[in-house]
Amino acid sequence: MNLPENLKYTKDHEWIRVEGDIAYVGITDFAQSELGDIVYVDIDTVDKQVAQNDVFGTVEAVKTVSDLFSPLSGTVLEFNEKLESSPELVNSDAYGDGWIIRMSIDNTAEIDELLSADDYREVIGQ
Amino acid sequence: MELKKIALNDVHEALGAKMVPFAGYNMPVRYSSDIEEHNAVRNAVGIFDVSHMGEFMVRGPQALDLIQRVTSNDAAKLADNKVQYSCLPNEEGGIVDDLLVYRLSAEEYMLVVNASNIDKDWNWISKYNTAGAELENISDELSLFAVQGPKAAEILQPLTSIDLASMAYYTFAKGPFAGVADVIVSATGYTGAGGFEIYVKNEDAGKVFNAIMEAGKAAGIKPIGLGARDTLRLEMGFCLYGNDINDDTSPLEAGLGWITKFDKDFTNAGKLKAQKEAGVNRKLIGFEMVDRAIPRAHYEIVDAEGAKIGEVTSGTQSPTLGKGIGLGYVTTAYSKPGSEIFVRVRNKDMKARVVKLPFVKK
Repeated sequence: MNLPENLKYTKDHEWIRVEGDIAYVGITDFAQSELGDIVYVDIDTVDKQVAQNDVFGTVEAVKTVSDLFSPLSGTVLEFNEKLESSPELVNSDAYGDGWIIRMSIDNTAEIDELLSADDYREVIGQ
Repeated sequence: MELKKIALNDVHEALGAKMVPFAGYNMPVRYSSDIEEHNAVRNAVGIFDVSHMGEFMVRGPQALDLIQRVTSNDAAKLADNKVQYSCLPNEEGGIVDDLLVYRLSAEEYMLVVNASNIDKDWNWISKYNTAGAELENISDELSLFAVQGPKAAEILQPLTSIDLASMAYYTFAKGPFAGVADVIVSATGYTGAGGFEIYVKNEDAGKVFNAIMEAGKAAGIKPIGLGARDTLRLEMGFCLYGNDINDDTSPLEAGLGWITKFDKDFTNAGKLKAQKEAGVNRKLIGFEMVDRAIPRAHYEIVDAEGAKIGEVTSGTQSPTLGKGIGLGYVTTAYSKPGSEIFVRVRNKDMKARVVKLPFVKK
């Protein structure tokens, strides 16, 4: 299972790439492989303030619907527009072109609560 | 309850299947990608292991009477080697299960039922077997492979002397297949892609499965999981028991009037006939999303003002059409093709249109 060391993770199977006071958020390679083909990513929180663990959107596979939980408190700045027409990027490039949102970080202390690659590996039992 | 394993459980795991619990069985839901598997069946050929399905044999001079009594379709219309889609109505207006009836001879039939209902159906049919037809549950002895897709006949023909190309839809033949005697090859399936369903004894399952995979290699045969099975049947508008039909839905509401024959007597025929004459209050419809959204089972169906008019029973993103499709019950006033309805998705009412089934035309 591909788990880049430079990313942070949550037990809800999201990854976070921190760049200064901005974070990119997506779902992990493990999550996409469990869900199967992603056919729709529905984000209705752009420009909205979300608290840590709030639902910021939904990812739909052929058979299942999964909520996306915000790993941090902040404002959703951008939804990855490529996913509008190509939601399958979440499957094919989970940590790259398949990123889902870009958000601001209100409270950097919350970053320390996130999981490391090793912690997350334990969560998924790999 | 411990999950039951189908005969080729380990073969599917070795093929990389993701296994999930389904109807009490550990079943392959996906091998590679739901969409790839779906397209393989629509465009070429795929093989499903649906050995979880139940099979009952009904034999003897009372066999037809028993089947006529418990099923809604007219089994007297069957000739040898013909198959009929039917259902078991309950006493309250709903459906115990939907099933296939195979006539092997005038006094020998096979009923093929849903895995989730094997015990329920067995008890139900046994209850009505007052005249003493011989009933045998062979569900645990048989494996069932559905080989579906436009290339099914061409890849299977080298394995059997049965003339596959000449078989009409809903007929079957018993004959040698892949070196195994007395295999039932049935021109049926639940995908709308054409193809065959093959019933073999568990001890021959591995041999037959491997022979089909080998024979289909050049045509690009793929093993197909339950995920794609569901999108394929939904594109055809076929009902799935437990979703679109159940103990509370009438066959007439479900659009199964064509298998509800009032020129014979059967369970609850009187009340169903009265319902037919009075007209149903709700109907199962197919709908396509106009707004971008994917309908899912149990989402509410509402009118333009947001008042509830029904509920989604099955829904998905159609891999063939690239948009959301679904089945659901609506009050009869909204059941005409072309009617505008709305599906409540995460508290937003998304526009949809009632359409004629199937969603994907052959």
